[in-house]
Amino acid sequence: MVKSTSKDAQDLFRSLHSAYSATPTNLKIIDMYVVFAVFTALIQVAYMALVGSFPFNSFLSGVLSCVGTAVLAVCLRIQVNKENKEFKGLGFAGEFDSRQYALVLLGLVHRDCELGMGINWSLFPTANTIN
Amino acid sequence: MGGKQDPTANGSPKSESMGAKKASPDLLNSSFSFKSLKLKTKQQELLLRVSILGLVYVLAFIARLFSVLRYESMIHEFDPYFNYRTTLYLTEKGFYEFWNWFDSESWYPLGRIIGGTLYPGLMVTAALIYWTLRFLRFFVHIREVCVLTAPFFASNTTIVAYFFGKEIWDTGAGLVAAALIAICPGYISRSVAGSYDNEAVAIFALLLTFYLFVKAVKTGSLSWALGSAFGYFYMVSAWGGYVFIINLVPLYVLVLLITGRYSMRLYVAYNCMYILGMLLAMQIRFVGFQHVQSGEHMGAMGVFLLMQVFYFLDWVKYQLNDTKLFQTFLRITVTSAILVGGIALGVGTASGYISPWTGRFYSLLDPTYAKDHIPIIASVSEHQPTAWSSFMFDYHILLFLFPAGLYFCFKRLSDATIFIVMYGLTSLYFAGVMVRLILVATPAVCLISAIAVSATVKNLTSLLRTKQKVPQTGSTKGVGSSKSSSKVTLDQSQPFQKNGAIALLVGVFYLLSRYAIHCTWVTSEAYSSPSIVLAARGAHGNRIIFDDYREAYYWLRQNTPTDAKVMSWWDYGYQITAMGNRTVIVDNNTWNNTHIATVGRAMSSYEDEAYDIMRSLDVNYVLVVFGGVTGYSSDDINKFLWMVRIGGGVYPVIKEPDYLVNGEFRVDKGASPKMLNCLMYKLCYYRFGELVTEYGKPTGYDRARGVEIGNKDIKLEHLEEAYTTSNWIVRIYRVKPPTNRL
Repeated sequence: MVKSTSKDAQDLFRSLHSAYSATPTNLKIIDMYVVFAVFTALIQVAYMALVGSFPFNSFLSGVLSCVGTAVLAVCLRIQVNKENKEFKGLGFAGEFDSRQYALVLLGLVHRDCELGMGINWSLFPTANTIN
Repeated sequence: MGGKQDPTANGSPKSESMGAKKASPDLLNSSFSFKSLKLKTKQQELLLRVSILGLVYVLAFIARLFSVLRYESMIHEFDPYFNYRTTLYLTEKGFYEFWNWFDSESWYPLGRIIGGTLYPGLMVTAALIYWTLRFLRFFVHIREVCVLTAPFFASNTTIVAYFFGKEIWDTGAGLVAAALIAICPGYISRSVAGSYDNEAVAIFALLLTFYLFVKAVKTGSLSWALGSAFGYFYMVSAWGGYVFIINLVPLYVLVLLITGRYSMRLYVAYNCMYILGMLLAMQIRFVGFQHVQSGEHMGAMGVFLLMQVFYFLDWVKYQLNDTKLFQTFLRITVTSAILVGGIALGVGTASGYISPWTGRFYSLLDPTYAKDHIPIIASVSEHQPTAWSSFMFDYHILLFLFPAGLYFCFKRLSDATIFIVMYGLTSLYFAGVMVRLILVATPAVCLISAIAVSATVKNLTSLLRTKQKVPQTGSTKGVGSSKSSSKVTLDQSQPFQKNGAIALLVGVFYLLSRYAIHCTWVTSEAYSSPSIVLAARGAHGNRIIFDDYREAYYWLRQNTPTDAKVMSWWDYGYQITAMGNRTVIVDNNTWNNTHIATVGRAMSSYEDEAYDIMRSLDVNYVLVVFGGVTGYSSDDINKFLWMVRIGGGVYPVIKEPDYLVNGEFRVDKGASPKMLNCLMYKLCYYRFGELVTEYGKPTGYDRARGVEIGNKDIKLEHLEEAYTTSNWIVRIYRVKPPTNRL
């Protein structure tokens, strides 16, 4: 039973590997970026688990902006992938511009979150409403 | 529009279309005027659409101006006064001061962090309009801007409704939706001129967010998803009801995933909107970290993670092209994902990190919860379940056009129609639980009804216009007109079908005209009263205005020391601070139940105990509202039992049965002794026993309760009467300092 599942797993892994190497290079670059972004987010979570979550603003802004760039990169990949028939004629450049706007927004919001910590955190414990 | 064949429908240049038309000489006249008329059909349609939208825009604005014309341009009700005060502060002191404002004039001695406990969208919007107008050298007062913000945004909502209807069905439905929502009483009730409340901009933001999201799902474009994230941010900044969006959109995504309508566009749209929307929403201090910590927002996060897993599996399946291996992979991934998700949720909820659903929203799922556990939420009249009459009053014909529209939506299912169906059904459920939420359901009901009307009218007019002999069934689909009993399914003769179609069309137009009349009547009679100024008909039919509230507040403003503290029931707190400019003990924010219970206890105790409580709170003046002389029924005596219940909820010494006689609330001779001697009774009926209120009735006849009061000889020991307004509606008492000890 164990042998067959490990053989299954190996088969799975090999066929995945072979299928994946067939993807075009620019998509692979985007994939690398996604993995990097998610990895950064995980490192931040681990750091928070070690050091503690104060100030929460910075933690959230850091993690969410990493997740945000990962998600936006995946969106870009989807729209650029020629095999997705729903996105016709958009091309790399067109969607890249939209993505740039989204990333700029993400960066601004990140900055706002981080700067907000000075004002927010001192008052935040008392601002919770009593329900 | 219509079934006419239009050879110029492609908008091709003039010369080409001229050439094309030579092929159909029987339709053409050789005269120039007909040709030019034909050419301009596309432009005619555009002109028609733009003029209809323009008229609807103006209509939506002017339908809401009744109270400005009848009374004056003033802010209505209670909550808008707080919004007005904060907007005033924003325009005077600037955004930084506003964002970090700590107000010591309310909730004495606790104070209130206003910057962190309000939804700034409304105030910032009004301030921006104000600054724009000033920049254009229109020097209006901020109050005028505040009063007219709601009608302005109602007009904008009609435009958004047009585009949304166009997205879901077609331009005809969009136009009808815009017209319906312009005058629908469910929306007018909270957006009339002077009702300067969060819902005025929130409904606009809600519809905008939904429209942008549906557009994003339809096109899969990142720009539209960005737009919907911004729309969501505006909604979060405007109203606490944004929780509806953050739960409806994931539910919609879930439904699409389950029914197999998922696509890459959905992935792009939801991910972008969720992440960016969440980040933006956390900029509002009042919302704070709720998106990752509160149970109400966990649905969205769950669907987000589910989507990642789902699309990952889909991609792997596509890569593998081998079902057996994929099954193994599927098993491993799904079990691990469910395990991880379940553990995370379990740990989060058990450890209390993820807070459970708050009372306000929990009572939507379990309507009996508030009555037993949180009397403050149960006491608000807007939070009661809705009666059928309210539905009919607020929706009129839309109520039965809604199922008809649902039928049409199900006939032509697409991503957009699934969304509007879900929005309609969920919002109608919540509207049934709480009267206030009829407002949230109104756009959905209007849109779906517009689909019914537009599709029906389109079928009927196409029947009228066909010159061919292909028989089409002329029966309407689901319009509840009385004339539909003459269901025409005759196939043989054209004239009967045409007559039937004409009759049904007349029926539809009759219904719509009755709707317009009803809406205007409802707006004029029911929803245009400012609540702070009361009007009644005198004996000779002349109109009498009771301006007692403002009279009392201005008396406070001009005749009391600036650091005086006023105790009243929480309903009047905002108005006292805004107009009377004095510190209050409790106000409409109701964030501190114990403080309100203390005031409730003071009002329901005997004068001596109440005096101790008032001394401990540094109270200088007490304000009560009394309707016995005018017959005004929303006064403090009618609210008294809620004071007892809320006070008794925290202080067990106050027991509700003490104030009732056989379970009945009475103020006449048969009332309980505790009732006859409590502070509220004394303050309301002081010197009332000498007054003759109605011809032929004894002195001290309370016109609001319809009885002669029980205790006419009231003596006050620790308070003295400071002011009673001309119609005895508001009564103010001064708290005397303690007597000198001998």
